[in-house]
Amino acid sequence: MIEGLLIGLSAAFSIQNLLMVIAGCLIGTFIGMLPGLGPMSIIAIMIPVAITIGDPSAAIILLAGVYYGAIFGGSTSSILLNAPGVAGTVASSFDGYPMARKGQAGKALTIAAIASFAGGSIGALLLMIFAPMLSTVALLFHSAEYFALMVVGLSAIAAFAGTGNVAKAVLMTLVGLVMATVGEGALFNMPRFTMGLMDLQSGFSFITLAMAMFALPEALFLVLNPARSAQGASGKIENLRITREEGRKIAPVIGRQSIQGFFIGVLPGAGATIASFLGYAVERNIASKEEQEEFGKGAIKGLAAPETANNAACTGSFVPLLTLGIPGSGTTAILLGALIALNVTPGPRLMIDEPQIFWAVIISMYIGNLVLLILNLPLIPYIAKVLSIPRNYLIPFILFFTLMGSYIGQNNATELLLLVGMGICATVLKFADYPLAPLLIGFILGGMLEDNFARSMQLYDGVGFVIDRPMTLGLLVIAALLVIVPSYRARRAKARKEGVAEGD
Amino acid sequence: MALDRWVAFVILCVTMAYGYAAFFTMDALLPPFMQRNPIWPSTFPKVLAVLTIITALIILLGLEKSEDTGKEPDIDYRRLGDYHLIPALTLLALMVGYALILRPGGFLFATFAFLVLGSFALGERKFHIMLPVSALASFIVWYLVDEVLGIFLRPWPFFI
Repeated sequence: MIEGLLIGLSAAFSIQNLLMVIAGCLIGTFIGMLPGLGPMSIIAIMIPVAITIGDPSAAIILLAGVYYGAIFGGSTSSILLNAPGVAGTVASSFDGYPMARKGQAGKALTIAAIASFAGGSIGALLLMIFAPMLSTVALLFHSAEYFALMVVGLSAIAAFAGTGNVAKAVLMTLVGLVMATVGEGALFNMPRFTMGLMDLQSGFSFITLAMAMFALPEALFLVLNPARSAQGASGKIENLRITREEGRKIAPVIGRQSIQGFFIGVLPGAGATIASFLGYAVERNIASKEEQEEFGKGAIKGLAAPETANNAACTGSFVPLLTLGIPGSGTTAILLGALIALNVTPGPRLMIDEPQIFWAVIISMYIGNLVLLILNLPLIPYIAKVLSIPRNYLIPFILFFTLMGSYIGQNNATELLLLVGMGICATVLKFADYPLAPLLIGFILGGMLEDNFARSMQLYDGVGFVIDRPMTLGLLVIAALLVIVPSYRARRAKARKEGVAEGD
Repeated sequence: MALDRWVAFVILCVTMAYGYAAFFTMDALLPPFMQRNPIWPSTFPKVLAVLTIITALIILLGLEKSEDTGKEPDIDYRRLGDYHLIPALTLLALMVGYALILRPGGFLFATFAFLVLGSFALGERKFHIMLPVSALASFIVWYLVDEVLGIFLRPWPFFI
């Protein structure tokens, strides 16, 4: 591990990679601050740039920096405007915005920055301990287990992403998988489902799909409903200091939430949003009576908890990505797509075959957190000016960047028509309350899922592998339970509710 | 019928066509030596088609009783008329136009036109800001992509 660390240090401290971290964090902060643009849209927009860099470690360092920056920037707009740019920072606005209203915007931003820094750094430490452990176990896995593990991941994502409606999330995952079968597969040298169109020969482009699923509908929604991009005078931000007493008050919160947030982040499908809400709820429940009163009215603990948890969860979500090659969230799914495009396959072999990538990413997490703390905190009053860019300019630019992104990926104008078409479909799906992240994750995992499935079929000459390998069977059972149990419970709850006569 | 069930219906129809291709037409092209494989190119699509059809039917027939959370949806299609529909549609049309004009018109012209018309559609009327900003932005992006990243983008229209 020491050797790996040193490799990582030497890679991460090259001038190029340091610049990547700084650039990523700054870009992420800038764009993450804009209400309505989540980390997924930002990373989707940045992917073409990252891919053209060519060096996989530099690319993923840039994208990871954008990711933390976006979360950090999202908390800034939650605090200053009560308009979270990122779903993971919604909980930060519960107490952050009241603090800003009380004239403590500077203090709130400092707490948010410190909490994010601590959450991210402790998360990176835990990642350093757990990722190698998990990847040694993962080396024992067979393609059959991989197949089963991906099924578990997909069903977990469907079970958690569905807003109380698992069938919709499952359907979206399946549509993603279906879309992944279009084009030429790796195992069979024949085009499938291309309808004779040359443009579909290599399948749908993942960048175009990512743009169409996230960036485009968000931008369209900003146009449709201007209230979403609430703009206000950000006011003057001063007095960034916090007192020693306040520091002592939030320290245990930060400690608890870093660990809790990290492990929630590791679980597939959970991610930063759930971690931050859960962190907020847990801290409110264990706070003393008079502190509970404060929550929602500008409690510093109520701000520190979600901020720590969401950053720790972001780091945690890298564990399944780096060790198993299975993304646990939409954002890490996009990162996985970018890595595959750069000819790096994340998985248990990553640590052995390409330690410089693995460790450089981890080291860059520390640097990224430091950059956010040192660079962004003093600059926040200036960066917050971005909130006053008029939306009349902002939206055409966002749309232009999505167009650009999918064009330079393929250098093909047909791709742009596909982008607009899929973007319209995604908007309709969003209107109908279908979650979109499962679709993209299904699409990205689809190819790998089929490859592993095909490999195990060939090895066992049929579907015998499901019964022959107990672990595969166990994982598949878990996957089935993950999908069936929530809908069964919802059904029962509904039945019970209908059975009870309403009091008059 | 609610929009989400219409969507499920459309997905069902598309998947039926997909399933038909997987079950009945695809295997005809399979060379004989590959037919001895336990897995065919159509195996996985067949599984997917069956699962997707089942799930789509569950939604279409309303078999899954979801908890009625009663929360205000993020954006509600029933209030579509209240939203700013025309600028959104204009922007979509502009994006299609951009796709069509990018190659023949050249990057600089297409981008400039897209940004100007886009902000115009959103209600911007300050031409003295809009025109220079759009021109500068198109040039900067072209410079970054073409010169710095090294991806060729034809800057001028086809006749230059």
